[in-house]
Amino acid sequence: MELVNLGIQSIFIKNMIFSYFLGMCSYLAVSKKVSTAMGLGLAVIFVLTITVPANWLIREFILKEGALIWISASFETVDLSFLSYIMFIAVIASMVQLVEMFIEKTSPALYGSLGIFLPLIAVNCAILGSSLFMVTYDYNFVESTVFGFSSGIGWLLAIIAIAAIREKLKYSNVPDPLKGLGITFIITGLMGIAFMAFMGISL
Amino acid sequence: MSEVAENIKTTETVAVQPKKPAEPLLSKRRKRLMSDPLDEDNPITVQVLGICSALAVTTQMKPTLVMAIAVIFVIVFANLIISVLRNLIPNRVRIIVQLSVIASLVVLVDQVLKAYFFDVSKLLSVFVGLIITNCIVMGRLEAFAMGNKPYDSILDGLGSGLGYSWIILAVAFFRELFGSGAVFGFPVFESLGLAYENNGLMVNSIGAFLIIGLIIWAQRWRNGYVEHN
Repeated sequence: MELVNLGIQSIFIKNMIFSYFLGMCSYLAVSKKVSTAMGLGLAVIFVLTITVPANWLIREFILKEGALIWISASFETVDLSFLSYIMFIAVIASMVQLVEMFIEKTSPALYGSLGIFLPLIAVNCAILGSSLFMVTYDYNFVESTVFGFSSGIGWLLAIIAIAAIREKLKYSNVPDPLKGLGITFIITGLMGIAFMAFMGISL
Repeated sequence: MSEVAENIKTTETVAVQPKKPAEPLLSKRRKRLMSDPLDEDNPITVQVLGICSALAVTTQMKPTLVMAIAVIFVIVFANLIISVLRNLIPNRVRIIVQLSVIASLVVLVDQVLKAYFFDVSKLLSVFVGLIITNCIVMGRLEAFAMGNKPYDSILDGLGSGLGYSWIILAVAFFRELFGSGAVFGFPVFESLGLAYENNGLMVNSIGAFLIIGLIIWAQRWRNGYVEHN
């Protein structure tokens, strides 16, 4: 029950886009077509679900203060947590490389349409952000897996919604300077207001 | 005959001439490197980069200023380091190399903030770490520093950093003014004797989206940039 609650919360209330602004770059750049947005969203879910628990393990057994005690008792006071940024980003970058190779083999069409944005998942703030939030909120292993997965779903939901709106937006008469980025921001703001309605839900 | 001889002569004189004088420190081209990102090639409003961390920290002016300085520091030094190393980095692993250079610089910033500005560092929380994934930094390394000389890269980094800074400071100004009725913590409306009900929406993430949308509108309306789908 606790876990379901955490899942619901990270999908709707603590949504990566609407409340933390994470992953905005690819959210804005890849949201012109629903199909591409879907592909990127699934890749993000996959990478998040793997990297958050992986980073949890690294933090628990290598970086935390006293985490190295399993090697020898004399490492009790060693605190490597200042290295966490570098370690986390290394795990993420290698994971993304893996996903890229996997998609290239299994679905060349998707690979073609995602193009440059696949390597950009490595610098998608939502991925690194989730790992850092996992540290801040002090989740355990299962919780961080659920957190990673449902944050990914929340991100997918947001990017698909905006992509669907932008597809329709092509036929509307937007003032010239507001076209593209400007109107997307304002729509995102309005969607954020809609998502505020979920606030306070807990199971 | 004489023409040919003259030609030979001129080529000779060209060859003998001393090396072309070095480009002045702030030539026109270099000034453009600095000034373009401020307006017509702004990283946030035109190139759509670096929005991730730009919005989250902008509820108040003070953390925003710290964030801006941190980003300028990271982008300038990352550009410098990558530009110095640009001929040594194998193309296949360049992303990892770039990320590790950026991450090391960010760790430096984070430790300094934690040591000397602990309250600001608490306020910024994970967003200092997220400078690593700030697309502006990666974008500049990839697009500029990998192919240009160190001094130019520093200027380019400085320009992009400043372009980013003025946008986030503008967003923070409006958000703090309307959200908390203050600027840098100084209560503006109160000191003017005006009654003002704080607008909670501005402190919320939604305010940031709307404000940056409006800033983009105003800026593009001014410089005439139009995006075509």
